[in-house]
Amino acid sequence: MSTNLTLIIVAGVLVGSGVTLILERSLTRILVGFVLAGNGLNTMFLVAAGASGRAPILGQGDGPMSDPLPQAMVLTAIVITLGTTAFGLALAYRSWQLTGTDDVQDDLEDDLIRRRALHDDVSSTYEDQDATQLPDEEGFDEGGFDDGRVRDTPAEEDA
Amino acid sequence: MTFFDQLVLFPVILPLLGAGLCLALGQSAVAQRTISIVVLLAVVATSVVLLYRADTYGPQVLNVGGWPAEIGISLVADRLSALLLITSTFVTLCVLLYSVGQGIVEFGRETPLSVFFPTFLVLSAGVSCAFLAGDLFNLFVGFEVLLAASFVLITLGGTHARVRSGTIYIIVALASSALFLLALASVYAATGTVNLAQLAQRMPQLPTETATVLQLLLLVTFGVKAAVFPLSAWLPDSYPTAPAPVTAVFAGLLTKVGIYAMIRTNSLVFPAHEIRSLLLWASILTMIIGIMGAIAQSDIKRILSFTLVSHIGYMLFGIALNSQLGFSGAIFYTIHHITVQTTLFLIAGLIEYRAGTTNLDRVGGLARRTPILAVLFFVPAMNLAGIPPFSGFIGKLALLEGGVAAGDWLALLGVASGVVTSLLTLYAMAKVWSRAFWQPFGEYESEDISDDETQLVVGGSLHGASGVSTSTKKESNWDQLAEEQRLPMRMALPTLLLASATVALTVFAGPLIALTDRAAAEITDPNRYVHAVLCNPRNWDESEAILPRSKETVHFCEQFEGVAK
Repeated sequence: MSTNLTLIIVAGVLVGSGVTLILERSLTRILVGFVLAGNGLNTMFLVAAGASGRAPILGQGDGPMSDPLPQAMVLTAIVITLGTTAFGLALAYRSWQLTGTDDVQDDLEDDLIRRRALHDDVSSTYEDQDATQLPDEEGFDEGGFDDGRVRDTPAEEDA
Repeated sequence: MTFFDQLVLFPVILPLLGAGLCLALGQSAVAQRTISIVVLLAVVATSVVLLYRADTYGPQVLNVGGWPAEIGISLVADRLSALLLITSTFVTLCVLLYSVGQGIVEFGRETPLSVFFPTFLVLSAGVSCAFLAGDLFNLFVGFEVLLAASFVLITLGGTHARVRSGTIYIIVALASSALFLLALASVYAATGTVNLAQLAQRMPQLPTETATVLQLLLLVTFGVKAAVFPLSAWLPDSYPTAPAPVTAVFAGLLTKVGIYAMIRTNSLVFPAHEIRSLLLWASILTMIIGIMGAIAQSDIKRILSFTLVSHIGYMLFGIALNSQLGFSGAIFYTIHHITVQTTLFLIAGLIEYRAGTTNLDRVGGLARRTPILAVLFFVPAMNLAGIPPFSGFIGKLALLEGGVAAGDWLALLGVASGVVTSLLTLYAMAKVWSRAFWQPFGEYESEDISDDETQLVVGGSLHGASGVSTSTKKESNWDQLAEEQRLPMRMALPTLLLASATVALTVFAGPLIALTDRAAAEITDPNRYVHAVLCNPRNWDESEAILPRSKETVHFCEQFEGVAK
């Protein structure tokens, strides 16, 4: 089977730029990245379809038909990409409404650990053996961090 | 074509129709509730019939639109699909009842939750579609349907915390979908088909390297969906912020769809694969690292999210063994885990409703205040940890037996880590038990909890932070609270139903294990599945067909039926 080199290069460039954008921090750029990568992957389906031919309608003309199945799949994939992109844009807008930016924020846990490290603090489940008041078996955590906890946005901010 | 042949379509089409109706009747809360419950009841009934028929007569196949399976869409319900379908729809129904209760409790009887019920039904349709898909592309569509619904559910209410965690969830989901598309294109380029039955025939003819690359592509995709380490970091971050019923249904079903896809592709398409040790290592690491995460947490929902990741390792272990024993154990464990994990998340929702938070530093004394809740938590928690005689123990035992039967050192290492993980799960559950239920509350509440200190995770309420659960979170006087808030029966009863289902899994473990053994026997002998799909319907009339079947297929059918005679 001979493959179409142009299609492969196009797919590679699209997916490559898509992945680069996905690694960005802003949600809008990430979405553009997904659209580009999605188009690149759709091009991959054209590669997978093999040699091009006449329109795939039974009983019309002769000569080899092009393979209709990948085209059907690409159509489905395009619809799905459209839907998820629309949702993603709505989410980016909402994120911008709430925080003034559409940057993807850090994992809560990462954030917590970083703050604890800044305060030279330990996890709330850590049992300090040197503490004057020994913890019981439930391992309660008095005297841990006071300000190490992540402050989530309070309810009042929600529209 | 009889009525029973069409039945395979119902678990997909009924929830979608119900979702449409729910949207149309968005103004009436009563209509939305009635439609959702009736639809899911019908789907559960259908699944029961499907399981019976699949077990008695072999895989139930429907070629949608009458196109032959080679080019059309086929829906297949064999024992594996039907078993998971029945579990998932029953669990979905229970969660729906719970959320109906929560909706009534939080917003009153008349307020409709406009988008919640339709989205929930679409999610159910997506899960069913993935379980019934007879080709990889339809599996992809099923995944996308359930993901699209889950995007809406995880960001429900659009609060700050949910948008934050939802964004990460959505990006990870989109990335795995893109990878799935790439895998699909590659599979099609290599074999010329995406139909699972045809792939089972053609994959062995490919060079081993090509087949392994295709398998790895699919495995990474499913690994992200199933939250297999190291592809699991997104899960504990995104699940806990969603409303309790949403987290419960996600935890129960979404990761298991990934596990199902792995079982299906590994048994049917790549039966003789070469990445056994990779899978075993992944399962061992998933178990151990997941449970380590759970131990380090101090929020019930986050602990449960990490145990979820950890226990995915058990299922993966069964898949990695690639033997009938292993698959049987994995299927049983999946059924057990769907039920138990969903129950535990619903109970976490009840704890949050009752105590205003699920943070262990600020919950206490629940055993005295709500003994029912304590019992309700204790039974599934011990079940999850695998204490005999619960189904968790039976499932783990089945998997460990499979591991010992395999006998090599890596499988035995898996067995060892399974035992260790089970012990550590017990530790994590005991920690929740002793701190949330047992430890007296009120000794250090006043000095520990400053007024401005808010929860790590604001969640719980169906529409963000506006519900009952969060409006009372700053109150710390428990005696007042105890009088103000009784355990709402509308939310407790569905949880009780699900908790009894986890006990029922224990009581009926014998017949169930026999059934999963039969299911595993069926999937380890792919020819029966291939025949059921490709040679359906039996009395195929070539002259009336839109397209003739390929010579390859006709030859296979004749040969198989000859052997069967």
